[in-house]
Amino acid sequence: MTVFGIPTQALFGQLLIGLINGAFYALLSLGLSVIFGLLNIINFSHGAQYMMGAFVAYFALQWAGLGYWWSLLLAPIVVGLIGMTIERTMLKRLYHLDHLYGLLLTFGCALVIEGVFRHEFGSSGLPYTMPAALTGGYNLGFMFLPTYRAWVIVFSLVVCLGTWYVIEQTKLGSYLRAATENPALVQAFGINVPRMITLTYGFGVALAALAGVLAAPIYQVNPLMGSNIIIVVFAIVVIGGMGSIMGSIVTGFGLGMIEGLTKVFYPEASNTVIFVIMALVLLVRPTGLFGRAS
Amino acid sequence: MPTLVIAFVTVATLALAAPARAQISDGVVKIGVLNDQSGPYADITGPGSVTAARMAVEDFGAAKKNLKVEVIAADHQNKPDVGSSIARQWFDAEKVDVIVDVPTSSVALAINQVTRDKGKAFLVSGAAASDLTGKACSPNTIHWTYDTWALAHGTGSAIVKTGGDTWFFLTADYAFGHALERDTEQVVLKAGGKVLGKVRHPFPTSDFSSFLLQAQASKAKIIGLANAGADTINAIKQASEFGIVRGGQNLAGLLVFISDVHALGLEKAQGLILTEAFYWDQNDATRSWAKKFAERQRNAMPTMVQAGVYSAVLHYLKAVEQLKSDDGTKVIAKMKEMPTDDSLFGKGTVRADGRKIHPMYLYEVKKPSESKGPWDYYKLRATIPADQAFRPLNEGECPLVKK
Amino acid sequence: MAGAATGYVATAEVPAAQVLRHQAIGFVVMAGFFAAAPFFGVYPVFLMKALCFALFACAFNLLIGYVGLLSFGHAAFLGSSGYAAAHAAKIWGFAPEAAILFGTMVACALGIVIGALAIRSRGIYFANITLAFAQMVYFFSVQAKFTGGEDGIQSVPRGTLFGVLDLRQTMPMYWVVLAIFLLGFVVLYRVIHSPFGQVLKAIRENEPRAMSLGYAPEHYKLIAFVLSATLSGLAGGTKAIVFQLASLTDVYWTTSGEVVLMALLGGIGTVFGPVVGALVIITLEHFLAQLGAWLTIVQGIIFVICVLTFRRGIVGELARIIRKPL
Repeated sequence: MTVFGIPTQALFGQLLIGLINGAFYALLSLGLSVIFGLLNIINFSHGAQYMMGAFVAYFALQWAGLGYWWSLLLAPIVVGLIGMTIERTMLKRLYHLDHLYGLLLTFGCALVIEGVFRHEFGSSGLPYTMPAALTGGYNLGFMFLPTYRAWVIVFSLVVCLGTWYVIEQTKLGSYLRAATENPALVQAFGINVPRMITLTYGFGVALAALAGVLAAPIYQVNPLMGSNIIIVVFAIVVIGGMGSIMGSIVTGFGLGMIEGLTKVFYPEASNTVIFVIMALVLLVRPTGLFGRAS
Repeated sequence: MPTLVIAFVTVATLALAAPARAQISDGVVKIGVLNDQSGPYADITGPGSVTAARMAVEDFGAAKKNLKVEVIAADHQNKPDVGSSIARQWFDAEKVDVIVDVPTSSVALAINQVTRDKGKAFLVSGAAASDLTGKACSPNTIHWTYDTWALAHGTGSAIVKTGGDTWFFLTADYAFGHALERDTEQVVLKAGGKVLGKVRHPFPTSDFSSFLLQAQASKAKIIGLANAGADTINAIKQASEFGIVRGGQNLAGLLVFISDVHALGLEKAQGLILTEAFYWDQNDATRSWAKKFAERQRNAMPTMVQAGVYSAVLHYLKAVEQLKSDDGTKVIAKMKEMPTDDSLFGKGTVRADGRKIHPMYLYEVKKPSESKGPWDYYKLRATIPADQAFRPLNEGECPLVKK
Repeated sequence: MAGAATGYVATAEVPAAQVLRHQAIGFVVMAGFFAAAPFFGVYPVFLMKALCFALFACAFNLLIGYVGLLSFGHAAFLGSSGYAAAHAAKIWGFAPEAAILFGTMVACALGIVIGALAIRSRGIYFANITLAFAQMVYFFSVQAKFTGGEDGIQSVPRGTLFGVLDLRQTMPMYWVVLAIFLLGFVVLYRVIHSPFGQVLKAIRENEPRAMSLGYAPEHYKLIAFVLSATLSGLAGGTKAIVFQLASLTDVYWTTSGEVVLMALLGGIGTVFGPVVGALVIITLEHFLAQLGAWLTIVQGIIFVICVLTFRRGIVGELARIIRKPL
């Protein structure tokens, strides 16, 4: 059986691969969305923080002998703390100004972080070994699925849906959403809004770092790994509608699959397809698929 | 990785007492090493090339010969406009006589033009574009170490001869990738092989799984990687994850350097077939030179590009000595006239189109069990003799070559 | 980027004629500086690069300083014009003036297309969308045949201007670049101080009110966007002829970031700020070229400092001190 000259078997394989890439997109765009929802800034350092996550995993292994599983816990905490420091010392001074200043500040931070890592570690990247428990793979008949990739999908889905649940369905999440709408009022109810903002930024950054650890065993741990992926993720966030939690998860996975299909039917366009979709979506819905009118 | 010390303009004045000679402009032969000091090609060229140039000046014995030689360096950041501004300023204001190395084809082609306009000398080691001795050839440029044609033909023909007769290409979708793919495909077909398919991936790509799946489905014996740098590294890494090599298919890297293999580790890179002009463990002379190099370069072994810089600078200085002049056009002409001879590349020649001729070598990356330690990575599969290693003189469309 | 950081805080206090007079003085000082610099040992090729980026930054400033829109994709116009001009001069044998004009027109056309789509949004959305479009232009440039991929278009002939002035010599080329820069600068200056420019400022300050006065903000914004794109294209085309090459660097998003930095450092919404900012950044790049990754770090630090404590920029602060708009 074939679809447009491609065997359906191969098509399933490509869709699955797309889903894996979508898992990374979803994690990253989710972090961006969480930050945007409360702070109203586009976190341009997100790519650099993703890269730092991968590097923390690398350091943990090299210097402390702590393996992959520890890194999954350690990297989000370390990078999240760095993020919170940035928020406390710099970002918070900008809240009374136009939100574009937040974008510019985080852009500057991204340049500094990437520059420092490039200076220290060059650009050809460092190898990171896959944990033994996740090597090997399954023969699904239509393709060979490495265990690690399956793990990436499952783990990312759990984290994404967990985040969605906390923000949309719990009391804590309702404070968060309320603070987005009217921070002064929430503050008046005795909730420490500035601390909530700091923690939210830290959490969004931690998600980026988590994605970085997930990426380390399949891609090189490379100072530039973040700057390549982040612009695509920006486009995904715009398509999904900025600040929408479910929107960013669904578009993350969905666009990963669309990109995967493009790689089969018209590989030359696989880098641009997401931007083309973005232009089309904006023509029809300027606030994105799941976004509310601004 | 660059240290701050090397990153600064580093000036090595090797002879102080020498009286200025009339024919050497301003009394000093000034060598400018221009390359990528911090970007993706820093490990292949970078500070190591500067060290290699210095070692050439020392081994030449400039001090004893009363020749004053300086080596300076700069980072072109892989941007052609940055590179060409530095080159112009070096030639105009800082009296640089020769520029060496220059990875990244776009920058090398730009400097090729600037050097020609200014009548200086240009010794390319880092760049791959075979146009430098083809359509863009210049009486002021010598292309020293390798080019895309040599890599494609070396790898392509040798692999087909050893049984790898069905191919699938993973090609970076831009001019460089297309050129590599075209040149390799030609030689594969000529040697009686078959190309079962190809896929053009965007540049740069971090995830190759989808393309690797297509390559796997093609059942080709050889998957040719017509890409470079991080793309190649990621493709190789993920091929190992998807069990491509275990499944009986082999990867052929069309532009892979020993520093890439080092970054990948043997576990991932084993079985990879590639062509190089130089390997540190070839013979006693290369081993002893590489040892000296590694001592000055944080224990990293030299790449073929860095070895090429050494060899090119040495030959340049010999020509300057013979000619007693550092006039760019004249020195390049002299370099083409004199046979080359050094401990790293052996005896060779420089052709009228500026192509340096020497043998190329086909290597296979060792299994971890075969390696005796760090940097023991290659086993020799074939030697491509000098007369077959590079594009024939009449096929390059170089205007300097009279038909 | 409304009001918060613009340099003309004092406009209301100074009579219009006086504004014109000392801005004219500023213009003469600037033109004199660039005319004299090559004779004081400043390397002309370096100055030409600075002039191209200064024009680019001024064009960018029209959008952020006077319309309040932050474009994060202006490299698309600089780069595409560079490719078009280089291709026209090298392959089609256009004279340099025609090649630059052609490049500028391509940037203008691109500006109309991107502008029409992007102008519907504002703020962070606008920044994101322009960035995404610029990436599309970048990927197109990597893959298209005529751009030469990573090699770029090389050995572009400088030719002779109007058939008389041989541009292969450095100094004639320099005068031409200076003339183009001053022309672009004056055009922008006239636009900003025209009734059209006043409407732009009105829209930036209060869009609903401008609308209620009968102006269609979309039209004004689009015209400003296209104008900004066109003049960025003029800078890009000129740069391609000067350096005799067009390459991917100029369409990459880091270039878009660089021009934001230039405007921010010099002073957003000031007339001379972008020129000063471009000069400082290009000088920095020149001297830090040997330091590799340090360049990025230093640029990042300047970004952070400017945003945190120096939002008026160099010229903006100067204007505040002398209490006159610059």
